[in-house]
Order: sequence, then structure tokens, then C-alpha cells
Amino acid sequence: MKLVLERVQASAGSFALDVDLALEGRAIGLYGDSGAGKTTLLEVIAGLRRPERGCVRLGDTVLDDAARRHRVPAEARGIGYVPQDGALFPHLSVRKNLEYGRRPPAAPDRPALTLDAILSALDIADLIDRRVPGLSGGERQRVALARALLASPRLLLLDEPLSSLDDAHKGAILPCLARIRDEFEVPILYVSHAADELFALCDHVVVLHRGQVSTSGPPGRIFERIAVPGYRLAPRGPI
Amino acid sequence: MVLAVSDFDALLQITLFTLGVAALGTALVFPGGVALGWLLARKRWPGKAVVETVVALPLVMPPVATGLILLKLFGRRGPIGGWLERVFGLDLVFTWRAVVLAAAVMALPLLVRTARVAFEEVPVRLEQVARTLGAGPWRVFFSVSLPLAARGLWAGGVLAFARALGEFGATVMVAGFIPGQTVTLALGIYHHVQLGQDRQAFTLLAISAALAFTAVSVSEWILRGRNRPRSE
Repeated sequence: MKLVLERVQASAGSFALDVDLALEGRAIGLYGDSGAGKTTLLEVIAGLRRPERGCVRLGDTVLDDAARRHRVPAEARGIGYVPQDGALFPHLSVRKNLEYGRRPPAAPDRPALTLDAILSALDIADLIDRRVPGLSGGERQRVALARALLASPRLLLLDEPLSSLDDAHKGAILPCLARIRDEFEVPILYVSHAADELFALCDHVVVLHRGQVSTSGPPGRIFERIAVPGYRLAPRGPI
Repeated sequence: MVLAVSDFDALLQITLFTLGVAALGTALVFPGGVALGWLLARKRWPGKAVVETVVALPLVMPPVATGLILLKLFGRRGPIGGWLERVFGLDLVFTWRAVVLAAAVMALPLLVRTARVAFEEVPVRLEQVARTLGAGPWRVFFSVSLPLAARGLWAGGVLAFARALGEFGATVMVAGFIPGQTVTLALGIYHHVQLGQDRQAFTLLAISAALAFTAVSVSEWILRGRNRPRSE
């Protein structure tokens, strides 16, 4: 599935996003410092922020075309979004959270995103009758991923889903993300400022700097060329 | 101090009437107040600041002045009162309906302010994620925003009810003092003090204080529940 952002401009307060991108792959990484525009870009793609200029296309569908005032609302885009904290609904049980957006896949040839398959892949079958406030950070993230998958998204946007977790939880969730990418064939756009996560998961990385694309390419090449504080080259290698 | 049966009947009538008009007034403005609170919390629209100010006016204006405005608007010669009489044959001022109207108008600002805060405390991110899960604006409102703001809204409703219970200035302007028809606890206290009937005045005062104490306690209890951490 090809995602095209054609001369897209969007602003958030004093910050301005200005990107021209064509992305295709199983897992694309968005890398950049805080304030680089990663979350703003995800919000534009998800339909949560209206671009002032430009055009956003996913496959054959035009999601936003500012010039023609065309806009597909967020609820009709079929794009899953998992923010940093998972954003589970605290007043609903895990089961109700999972059922909230559940729908059958739009494309019949896609692998079945059944409840059982997703519970098993994310190892959350024993959480289904729990209440959200009792979940740990890692459990919340896995439930949030499952909830997004059960809505049968055409594209899954993950906004720093591991940033608040310790290494043990990260190590448990990264393979789950790889299974989402490979077994369920859901394309992933993965935002992070952790190079090792992107290196492990993504086959292409776009680097954002102050709202603009500074470079892009395979993670191995990207992270050899730019100095990444604290980055250990291929700590795990690709999953 | 022993109350005669007739005193007791009168006290009961005034108390029930006050509770009834305060509840009805609050119920009448509750849906609109909640909707307005949501609009103020979540949307940007032209004239928002003006509406915000107008809604808050009864909080800061002398209640008697608010009552005079209501009298001019809802009186038989007023633009709204005249229309109500022509179209529905409805007489408002100096009836029990005017007491409800005054209660509603005085309850509205507190309700809108608490509703606004309640909706502002709902994380926008939850509403956004609900949309990406396929929920349209109405479903997001009823399944996410409203349940998460519910405690604040209930607390606001109870506070607004408490405010309506004690309403005096606007009520006396728009409904007058008609025994058995428009007399609330507040009007009763004033009336008995004017006549030097301290015993009756203090009895009504005790009832008023008990009702106000209960209402504020309930509101605080609801809010304490909301502020209790949801985690673990």
C-alpha cells in the first residue's frame, strides 16, 4: 500500500510541517528529535489534523486534498492509530476496548484479523476480562495494538509505542510488532526517536528535522550516516 | 418549640415546592447546559467569548437585576412572554412557572462552567483514537466524552440544583410572593422576618441550611470520586 504526501503543509501553533513523501513498505520508520514533527505528520495521515495545503493519498484513495477541500474524516479512513500511552478507554473493560472498533477486513484476501489470532499474537488472552486501570504499561500497549488491529486497518500508525516502557517490556513487544507486520500483513508507520527500534522493525526510515524531511533510506544506511546519541548499532538486528 | 399541624403542612408544602422547582429548573437546563459546556470545551466558533460572558452574567449580576430582565422578556408585554401567551395561552410571570424559570436561569451558569471543566478534563487523545476506530462524532460523544465527564456533570448538576434551591432575588421579581403558589424557602424566610415571625423564619432557615449542606456534600462526594486515581 503506497502512502503519498504531496507537498503537505500543516501547522500546530508556531510549528510548521512541510513534507513531500511517497512511502511504500511493510514497516516505515519516522525518526527525529522531539519537535521534529513526527506526531503532527501522523495526525495529518490519521485525519486528526487538517493540512492547510497539499494532498494525502493512501493507495487509490485521496484522504485529503486541500485545494479541492476534499477530506475523508478520521472515522472513515481505516487507519489505525496507537499513541504513546495506548489511550485505552479507562471506563471500559479490556474486552469492551477491543470490541470498540472491531470490524471485518475490507479486503477479503487479507489474512483474518480474528480476535483469537490477535489475542494469541500479542499474548493478551488472559487480560481480556481485566479492567484497564489494573494493567501495566506493557499490557496497555499490547491491548491498544490489539484494539487497533481488530478494526482491520489498512495502515497502522504507531507513535512511540515503546518509549514509556522498560527494556524488558520493549523486548516483549517488538516481536509482537514484527508479527503484526509479517503475519497480518498490516503496513506499519512507526514513529520513534530510538534508532534501535527502527533498525529492528523497519525496512525504510524517514528522518524528520524541524518539520521537513532531511533524509530517508534503509535503516542501516541512515544510522551509519547520522550521529545518533546513545545508539548502539544493531543491538538486536532486524526481527 | 412545637410546631402546629398547620405550620407543619405549610413548611412541608414550601419545602417540597422549593425542591420541585429547583429540580425542574435544573432538569430543564441540564441538556442544554451540558451541550453548551461541551461546545465551549471542544469547539472554536465565532461569538464564543460573547456567549461565555452572557452565560456567566447571572453569576455576577445582582439576582434582582436578572429578575427584572426576565420580567421584561417574559411578561405579558415582553417579546417572549407575549409570544408564549399568544401561541400557547401560557401565562408565565407571577405563577409557579416563573419560579422554575428563575431557578433555571440562575442554575445555568454553574452548570455550564462545571460541564465545561468536566469535558476539558477528558483527554482529547481518547476521543481522537475513538475516531480512528471508526466512531463518528455522536458515538465518540456518547461512548467516550460523556461517560468520562459524567462525574463532573453530575456534580455540576447538583451544585446548580443547590444554587436554584436558594434563589431569591430573581424569583421575587418575576414570580412575586403568592402564598401556596410561588413561595419558596428563601421567599418564606424573607417574608417571616419582615413580619417579625422569627420562629417560622428560623425553621425555614434550618431546612434551607440542611438542604444546602446535603447538596454541597453530595456534589463534593461525586467530585472526590472523580479525582480518585483510576489506576490500580
